[in-house]
Amino acid sequence: MKTRVVADFSGLPIHGFGSASVTWWGTLAFMLIEATGFALVIAVYLYLMNLAAVWPINAAKPNLLPGTLVTLILLFSVVPNYLISRWAEREELRKVRIGMVLMSVLGTVPLGVRAFEFPALNVNWDSNAYGSILWALLGLHTAHLITDLVDTLVLTALMFTRKGDNSRRFGDVQDNAMYWNFVVVTWLPIYGCIYWIPRL
Amino acid sequence: MGFLTTVDHKIIARRYIITSFVFLALGGVLALLMRLQLAQPEARVLSPDRYNQIFTMHGANMMFLFAVPVMEAMGVYLVPLMVGTRNIAFPRLNAFSYWIFLAGGALLWIAFALDMAPDVGWFAYVPLSGPQYGAGKRADIWAQMITFTEIAALAVAVEIVVTVLKQRAPGMSLDRIPLFVWSMLVTSFVVIMAMPAIVFLSTSLILDRLVGTHFFNPAEGGDVLLWQHLFWFFGHPEVYIIFLPAVGMVSSIVETFARRPVFGYLAMVMALIATGMLAFGLWVHHMFATGLPRLSESFFTASSMAIAIPAGIQVFCWLATLWDGAPLFRTPLLFVIGFIVTFVIGGLTGVMAASVPFDTQVHDTYFVVAHFHYVLIGGAVFPLLGGIYYWFPKITGRMMSETLGKWAFWLIFVGFNLTFFPMHILGLAGMPRRIYTYQPDMPWYGLNMFVSISSLVLVAGFFVFFVDAIRSVRAGVSAAENPWDAPTLEWATASPPPSYNFAQIPVVNGLNPLWDQPACLMVASGLRTDRRELIVSTVAAANPQVPGGLTGKFDLAILGCSRDHRDADRVDLHAVGGRLGIRSSCSRIDRLVLAQGNARG
Repeated sequence: MKTRVVADFSGLPIHGFGSASVTWWGTLAFMLIEATGFALVIAVYLYLMNLAAVWPINAAKPNLLPGTLVTLILLFSVVPNYLISRWAEREELRKVRIGMVLMSVLGTVPLGVRAFEFPALNVNWDSNAYGSILWALLGLHTAHLITDLVDTLVLTALMFTRKGDNSRRFGDVQDNAMYWNFVVVTWLPIYGCIYWIPRL
Repeated sequence: MGFLTTVDHKIIARRYIITSFVFLALGGVLALLMRLQLAQPEARVLSPDRYNQIFTMHGANMMFLFAVPVMEAMGVYLVPLMVGTRNIAFPRLNAFSYWIFLAGGALLWIAFALDMAPDVGWFAYVPLSGPQYGAGKRADIWAQMITFTEIAALAVAVEIVVTVLKQRAPGMSLDRIPLFVWSMLVTSFVVIMAMPAIVFLSTSLILDRLVGTHFFNPAEGGDVLLWQHLFWFFGHPEVYIIFLPAVGMVSSIVETFARRPVFGYLAMVMALIATGMLAFGLWVHHMFATGLPRLSESFFTASSMAIAIPAGIQVFCWLATLWDGAPLFRTPLLFVIGFIVTFVIGGLTGVMAASVPFDTQVHDTYFVVAHFHYVLIGGAVFPLLGGIYYWFPKITGRMMSETLGKWAFWLIFVGFNLTFFPMHILGLAGMPRRIYTYQPDMPWYGLNMFVSISSLVLVAGFFVFFVDAIRSVRAGVSAAENPWDAPTLEWATASPPPSYNFAQIPVVNGLNPLWDQPACLMVASGLRTDRRELIVSTVAAANPQVPGGLTGKFDLAILGCSRDHRDADRVDLHAVGGRLGIRSSCSRIDRLVLAQGNARG
């Protein structure tokens, strides 16, 4: 087919941040998938609770301390997470490197505390349906914590190589920060379900 | 290694399509075995246990290994071409999705060969599939196959959403997106919202079976109906995941062969979106026999009937297009007309089954079997076969035979109706589905024999189709760039398209670019030829934003600058001046590639 050139794109900027990046949209789509998953598991929790005569079924209420500690750490981590996203947008390599190290720490610590959360549920996954759904909720969120931590660690290492100082990598840092916000925000309703609904 | 590592959306989609059709043929063999068994009362062709595995395999295979993957594969092939870009978004994820889909399919069929196939029906209701009644590994195989194939489907959905939203040719604003692309976009969102339910479901079933959780165990606070709610929350949208791409294909075919733009574009888009949303409000109509509260039954009856409205709008728009156009009755259009007839019958029995008292009567009978084969084969497989005839020249560079195509259509259309229409009557006469045999004193004997013989006509039709496809790949008439004189962008490049799809990115200023400007394709210059680039554009207006990078190999890149040149450039990514310099040095090659593209066309 014959062609006629009607536009010239040589003047386009080399890299776009945020909604100009394809990865950003991909991350968003995966967040939509996972948010649907979280919503469904919470719906199942409420469905089972609705069926049960007493809730929790044959178990003490979960201990508040480890879960609340995780919540506080996660909420605190949003501050440096916000900053790192801004630094990445301005492509400030040194600050981004420091921020990535900090975020690696802030990803590891809640995971450590999380290890104490499972026993604090005071019920096993095979005790009854209440235990099963509690472990499912906590396990699903823990999988997200681990996923983002691995992503953060790899990206941190990458930022210290010569491949780090590159618009696309800074874009990755931003997308990673966005995903961490998602991991934090989805924790809040789950935290409410696990620890506070039985106390209502 | 290149064969294994390719990330070209066309090669991967071709693989997906071929693999799905192999599964279709295998599933067809299973169906024939069942018809052989049911032709006469008290037949002993299959043992009851084998029969259970076969009907489960047939359903699971057709839904998860054929219908959904083949529809997504058509999207993977066509969407990037139709929106005028060079590859699908996230090409590696795309390659991954194919391999994981293949793993799911292999798992199911190898298990079947080892007499270990699931035997709990394609929706694997608990408690039958639970730890108490489903001994052995069979239900685990089902659950694991589900996990594999749904992850593949989710990956493709993400790719298509991002490709459609962000990689459209400059100028292709939302109201200039081809209807097939709209249908794939809506389908992908339905996949994204529906599939997590089944991923959770298959996981929790495996947990119940293997590590002793109690999600579905009523003795420990679980619930068996929870399974049905979650399954159909996924399972009903699943029908639209299969059906919506098919109506997109129908719109493409009707437009081309009616020789006029589709009537009521806006209404069609709205109908697609409405169908996608309503799809989530219907699931309980699969559960009318479970004794749910009256109010919810009434609600779901109303919503089940409401979905006939967007379907009706589309049917009337196609009819109006054909009415006002000058239709050419080539094979693809024949399949579309077969679709309209069959789907309307299936839709009518659907509206009937939406009524609770009627549904309670025919639940789990052959009436339901007839209904869903009318909507699935009539609603999806007919358009798909039409779509294969229509896009075959684009995919292979050769035409399929018009004579064999007409034979295939008439055999399939007549064979299908003779096979499945009598099942309505069998169902009304009380024949339950999934029974492996029946006694001679039941009044079902003659009709079952008739159905079994008719199914041979249907099989003959599919046989002709497969022969035609295989023969045409080697010996078909060579196809031009745009053999049907169609209006959308996939026809603006060579048949089959080169690895980079378009030598230069098209620019669009109308809904039907190849009809609006028949002689000449408007394109943009300025993308580099030494790196793999495409255009990332804004969501609504499709204004170009940035050149996006791509993974994978293009001929274009190989034709372009020398390797050293590219490496040197990569280090100096920020030097825009350098970019421009290199671009001008490549422009000669750009022209060369273009000239070659023209020669090929």
